[in-house]
Amino acid sequence: MTINWFKYSSPASFYFLAGKMIPLFAVAAAVLLAVGLYISFFVAPTDATQGESYRIIFIHVPAAWMSMFLYVVMASWAGIGLAFNTRLSCMMATAIAPTGAMFTFIALWTGALWGKPTWGAWWVWDARLTSELILLFLYIGFMSLQAAIDDPRRADKAGAVLALVGVVNVPIIYFSVKWWNTLHQGASVSITQSPKMAATMLTGMLIMALACWMYSFAVILSRVRSIILERERHTQWVGELPELNKAGGVAQ
Amino acid sequence: MLRMMAPGVVWVAALLASMLSLGRMFSGDYLDGTLEQMLLSPQSLSLLVLGKALAHWLVTGVPLVLMAPVLGLQYNLPADALGVLTVSLLLGTPVLSLIGAIGAALTLGLRGGGVLVSLLVLPLYIPVLIFGAGAVEASAAGLGAGAHLSLLGAFLLVSLVLAPWAAAAALRISME
Repeated sequence: MTINWFKYSSPASFYFLAGKMIPLFAVAAAVLLAVGLYISFFVAPTDATQGESYRIIFIHVPAAWMSMFLYVVMASWAGIGLAFNTRLSCMMATAIAPTGAMFTFIALWTGALWGKPTWGAWWVWDARLTSELILLFLYIGFMSLQAAIDDPRRADKAGAVLALVGVVNVPIIYFSVKWWNTLHQGASVSITQSPKMAATMLTGMLIMALACWMYSFAVILSRVRSIILERERHTQWVGELPELNKAGGVAQ
Repeated sequence: MLRMMAPGVVWVAALLASMLSLGRMFSGDYLDGTLEQMLLSPQSLSLLVLGKALAHWLVTGVPLVLMAPVLGLQYNLPADALGVLTVSLLLGTPVLSLIGAIGAALTLGLRGGGVLVSLLVLPLYIPVLIFGAGAVEASAAGLGAGAHLSLLGAFLLVSLVLAPWAAAAALRISME
């Protein structure tokens, strides 16, 4: 049996695959979020030095991870789109940008809320914070550049170049707490060492991170479905979609 | 007070001088068709872009590097800080022109390109600004400016290699 590896690189077939996957990811996100929030609020112990205010890590850390991870994913889809001239990869990059920007915003905002009781300041011009702010501007720049260009294919490619240039910022964010002597604490969780935090705290944080992943998948896939519909509206398969015809025909 | 402000003020001046003139880097050639001839020419486009960035730097960066000692004197900077300020500008302003070339190439011929190019290049300019101004502050605090200047030099080398290439790719996209 030969497997057609490129079957789902066509927007038409991916549209249906995404439609089947969205409910799965959405349910997984809801369940993981409920479990994660329960652990973070009721099971995880109070921190010895920071009291209850530390509990914001359960959203702050997953959001910060997602903001960096989604940028790398966005840049790789954009790079694939630029290299192989595939339409779907560029649509994926476009669909990822708003979710990534949202997580960056959440990471910055929860960081400010956490910084006030622990450091006594909403904001400091620290290496980690500044580079994360730059990441937010990169996301906004990517979205506004694509919005400013009328031709979608040109918008895809121009955005891809920008995304690839901006990817230099991600390692800077990740290693900023090592390279500079910052107010932001170093990494508490790492693959190579045992974590420097209580096991229940770690479990809660990882479950919240998984919930954020599932949420991102669901939202990005539904956004990419909308982008596919918008760009392929002149094609025959979109015209024959039952969900569009039920409502009394397609506008085009 | 003046001494503390000096590096920041001079560096912001450098940033604005570079950023506000970015729109003109390619637009003249784009409007009269010279850019198309450049794309068709047998020379590598990256090299031509490097030339454009060099020209931009000569107009916006070099005058500021030459003026920096005089400006620094007005802010009552000590002699060694004047030297560090000049060297940091010498290393940093070419980076601004090179990064700016990418932004200018991406926004070529777009409506609202002027605002957009600022949004695109400003985040990439911030590290250069931080290390440029930081070099003078570190030397004034007695820490030595070597680390900051080395990082600026590293930025310059990386952008010298990668920026013309990325800007050339962006120009090809813009001219399709």
